[in-house]
Amino acid sequence: MEQSDATAVAQVRAGNPDAYRVLVERHSHSVFRLAFRMTGNQQDAEDLVQETFLRAYRQIGRFDGRASFSTWLYRIAANCSLDLIRARKRRQEQQTPVNEEGEELGAALPAADPAPDRLAFSGELKQLLAPAIESLSPMERTAFVLRHYEGMCIEEIGKVLGVNAGAAKHSVFRAVQKLRRTLEPALSSAKS
Amino acid sequence: MKHLNQDELVLHYYGERQDPEAQRHLEACEECRAHLRSLTRVLDAMNALQAPEPSEAYGSRVWQRIEGQLEPAPARWWAGWFAPRRLVAAAAMAALLVAAFLAGRVSQRRQIAGLSAPVRERILLVAVGDHLDRSQMVLAELVNNESKGSVDISDEQQRAEDLVGENRLYRQAALKAGDRAVSSVLDELERVLLEIAHSPSKLDSAEFDEIRRRIESEGILFKIRVVSTNLREREMPQSGKAGRSL
Repeated sequence: MEQSDATAVAQVRAGNPDAYRVLVERHSHSVFRLAFRMTGNQQDAEDLVQETFLRAYRQIGRFDGRASFSTWLYRIAANCSLDLIRARKRRQEQQTPVNEEGEELGAALPAADPAPDRLAFSGELKQLLAPAIESLSPMERTAFVLRHYEGMCIEEIGKVLGVNAGAAKHSVFRAVQKLRRTLEPALSSAKS
Repeated sequence: MKHLNQDELVLHYYGERQDPEAQRHLEACEECRAHLRSLTRVLDAMNALQAPEPSEAYGSRVWQRIEGQLEPAPARWWAGWFAPRRLVAAAAMAALLVAAFLAGRVSQRRQIAGLSAPVRERILLVAVGDHLDRSQMVLAELVNNESKGSVDISDEQQRAEDLVGENRLYRQAALKAGDRAVSSVLDELERVLLEIAHSPSKLDSAEFDEIRRRIESEGILFKIRVVSTNLREREMPQSGKAGRSL
């Protein structure tokens, strides 16, 4: 029978590090997806997965079971990702505004042959999405990733972010507003 | 019904708003439907940003990489404060007290849940004192940390996050009870705890100094000590001060 997260956590806390393996193997994929969407980089995401599980192990004595283990783990993963993003932001210069790229993209789309257009657009669209996500503040990015890709409800997002549901909701709203502002011009010109 | 705003449309897109009236309005209003289509186009486009799917063995690989770095977690001297049973008890106590004080506003003379006002006050004093002691430990550890270079404050951050929720309940209770001295210190404490909780976990020495400066410049540790001392005095039944405030 499959061991529950709660049982594995109890064993780890009782001094059995091997029980942690169940938790690592069960949650690595979802933590990786979250980390990748937060950072947009596979190597960073893999490093963050390790950092998340090491940090969670060190702090497991404080997991109180009020939220599920996965929510608690997401909270740690989100914090690790935010640390990385902030550190990266400090090091990097401001990126080229995405809007310029969007305008060029719209102008470059020929109207005669829809199928290749659509193919080209799909490729270029992907290039627009990552910078669009990167333009969000760390809090907005986390809230959006959790809502859009992980399908979490607003209340759960609040738990992961350590804020109330209202603040979590507004982070999602702000994120969507910024994404619309960035992507709508490109999408509209592709449609016309 | 007036038109749906963007926030309402976002909730609708994610299925977080199942308001029949809004649904009826959407069916009837072409303008709102056009806004929803435009929003849907953008959010659906975001689905193209796929994360690579790691192989099935990925979990085992992660385990192999971290296994050697795991040791049985040593018990920390403060671990008892964060034992689940204690946290649950503290949260339940805080909730009970807040409810009791809120109810007490409506009917001051009635006894709530079998507790007289002086007894409720003493329980709250003990709980708030305990909360302040734990907060003081977190702040003192940060202020007294003499590490050079990069500092990992993830432990203190986690504890600060845990304390923020409790702090809100106690601040609310103090406000309702009209105890401005305690509510004001809890208000300042909450801001400092939030700042710690939302800082990066790994700080360089300049960032860490900034946090320490913030704690010291607010004089929050001193204020906590003063309030704690006052609370302890009021806790003592022989002090004869019960029922005055908080």
